[in-house]
Amino acid sequence: MSVLSHVFEKAGLATVGISLVRGQAETVKPPRILNVNFPLGRPLGKPDDSEFQTSVLMAMFDLLPRTDVPVLVDFPESIEEQGSEPSSCPMPPRHNPDLNAAIDEANGLRNAYSRNLEATGGRTLLGRVADVDGVVGLIEKIIEIESGASIADVGWDSAAAIAASQDIRAYYEEAGLQLADNTGARQLETWFFHQTETGQLIRRARDGMRDRNDDKLATTYLAPMTQG
Amino acid sequence: MSADATIRSNVTGVPGPDLTPTATVLDKPLSECKVAICTTAGLRLAGDIKLWLDASFTVLPAAARDVQLSHFSPNFDRSGLTADINVAYPADRLSDLAKAGVIGSVATNNLSFMGAQLDATFSTIINDSGPAAAQILLDDGVDVVIFTPV
Repeated sequence: MSVLSHVFEKAGLATVGISLVRGQAETVKPPRILNVNFPLGRPLGKPDDSEFQTSVLMAMFDLLPRTDVPVLVDFPESIEEQGSEPSSCPMPPRHNPDLNAAIDEANGLRNAYSRNLEATGGRTLLGRVADVDGVVGLIEKIIEIESGASIADVGWDSAAAIAASQDIRAYYEEAGLQLADNTGARQLETWFFHQTETGQLIRRARDGMRDRNDDKLATTYLAPMTQG
Repeated sequence: MSADATIRSNVTGVPGPDLTPTATVLDKPLSECKVAICTTAGLRLAGDIKLWLDASFTVLPAAARDVQLSHFSPNFDRSGLTADINVAYPADRLSDLAKAGVIGSVATNNLSFMGAQLDATFSTIINDSGPAAAQILLDDGVDVVIFTPV
């Protein structure tokens, strides 16, 4: 982004950007940057808070007249991520003990996912390699990987493996938005990777891939680096 | 150390090109400017998502809201974007500001790049995709671009 702003200014466009990593902005020196101490993934700070989002935009626009570039200004308010306190989601009880626990769990979250889909007017981050009906199929492949299969054995390349993990996570996090009151930054992430059967399954699959020297890109990005 | 602090620490100090900043001076007030978003959140239109590792970009019609996250990295919060896309792609906020007369208008199209590119080279951005993206906005009469990362 910072490099792009140099290119755009040279082309005759006035630019102003948000930085979530101050040190990075200091290195690349984009012309005008508002540095925000907000959670990574939330550059406007607060979802569903138009007033706050607008205040961030206005702070950006305030920098446009500045020609003493590079300009780097800190937004006065900070917001910290809360990943150390996972969301509290009431989980569906075990429904079919004959199924793998992760698959039974995923089936049990379907109604919550559907409620969130309705609440967002149909917008979902699911859909990279599967729609909602395909989530269980993705989990079945993760189960195979956890049992020792390579990603190639289950028919995936690195892109498909990463996309599958992200689709499963999107399904869970979108269901979680309907189940939990505490959904600050990274809280649903920590809930998913540490408190759900499927999230823990993905972490175990990732660890096994690492031990077997499976596809490095997929191993790196199957789960967040900070979710050990 | 929090997850965000760990990641910030990891990426701080990663070298970048040594570019001399220049500043385009606006010759009109913001209330007369056309404003575009250029996000590096790796957003794509629904149905067009892919693992995206290069320095290419995609055009997002400003009226479109069926945008999806195509970013390869799992290392940032996604639930905020799930709940409200404006937290990284403030298209609704710009429309509000245009209606209020704070900005002149919203651009016809916004642009999306992939941040934290694994395969990209700075020269591609500087010499190829960056100028091509800028030209799309200039052809639309855009004056101001706001950049949003994730």
